[in-house]
Amino acid sequence: MTQQQKQWPLYEVFIRARSGLEHKHVGSIHAADATMAIEHARDVYTRRQEGVSIWVVRSADIIASDPADADALFEPAKDKVYRHPTFYEIPDEVKNL
Amino acid sequence: MEATSAASDVLRRYALTIGDTSLILAQRLGEWIGHAPALEEDLALANIALDLLGQARYLLSHAAQLQGGGTEDDLAFLRDPQDFLNLSLVEQPNGDFGETIVRQFLIDAWQLELFERLQQSSEPKLAELAAKAIKETRYHFRFSSGWMVRLGDGTEESHRRVQTALDALWRFTHEMFVASPVEQEAAALGIGPDPASLAAGWASRVEEVLQEATLKRPADVAYSWHGKRGQHSEHLSRLLAEMQIMQRTYPGAQW
Repeated sequence: MTQQQKQWPLYEVFIRARSGLEHKHVGSIHAADATMAIEHARDVYTRRQEGVSIWVVRSADIIASDPADADALFEPAKDKVYRHPTFYEIPDEVKNL
Repeated sequence: MEATSAASDVLRRYALTIGDTSLILAQRLGEWIGHAPALEEDLALANIALDLLGQARYLLSHAAQLQGGGTEDDLAFLRDPQDFLNLSLVEQPNGDFGETIVRQFLIDAWQLELFERLQQSSEPKLAELAAKAIKETRYHFRFSSGWMVRLGDGTEESHRRVQTALDALWRFTHEMFVASPVEQEAAALGIGPDPASLAAGWASRVEEVLQEATLKRPADVAYSWHGKRGQHSEHLSRLLAEMQIMQRTYPGAQW
């Protein structure tokens, strides 16, 4: 516990690679606060021009689904192939679909 | 012709004056790699070191070109301490993390003033370098001043440590603003700013952060160190011994 208290809180890092793209999760860093988290994210994850924008969020603030609930949450979608939009014939004239 | 070569010699020595400061500081920061208090700070210091090394490479390459022989590597690895023209401040040992931050902060504030002005240099090469370096330096200053406030306005111990480091390193700052013969000539030719003209901007930048960090500005000491004139503390010899050993032992070695 004392060891944990000495560690800076964990932040999750999201980087937008180019304008127009969405932010993607790239990893996590430790930092004392939000300002430092952005700087650490910049120093750790954008050294090779990986991004043009950074989001950080306290890992503790992320609410995650419980892996134990996976059956109830995700299994029911398995046999509903008709939800995939693959049953249409696309006319040749339609571009960019 | 005579005048041209004299001007190019001033430019060469001026490029070394600025370039050596970046080079030696890069080497010092490199010593932290694998030793910083956190992985993230390790990378941050290495990133800053690489920015500085990039500046040094650009300036030393240019200096090598102007002297009409040799390379940036010859200048970095084969010169003796008395031929280095860096500020005495950057050769000072790292000390603890706080001391490294104080040294960085004092230099960053100075480089901000320098590169701001150097963008108007009559030498396109220097103006180009300054335009690139100012962006890097703005981040360095953000990093170092951020830590100054965290440590200064942090715990009792962190405050004591940075104040002690500040008191110890302050005496080296005077040199930044006292023109060496090279800088005097460079200023006369419009190559670089008169160092004295950077003092006011530097002081107000520094004081603003010190105040936020609840740190006390030490009293000014008139004594000037003379790194820019090639007169160095013994720390530089040791630093160079480590930095140069490969090229000195295996001249021309490549990898």
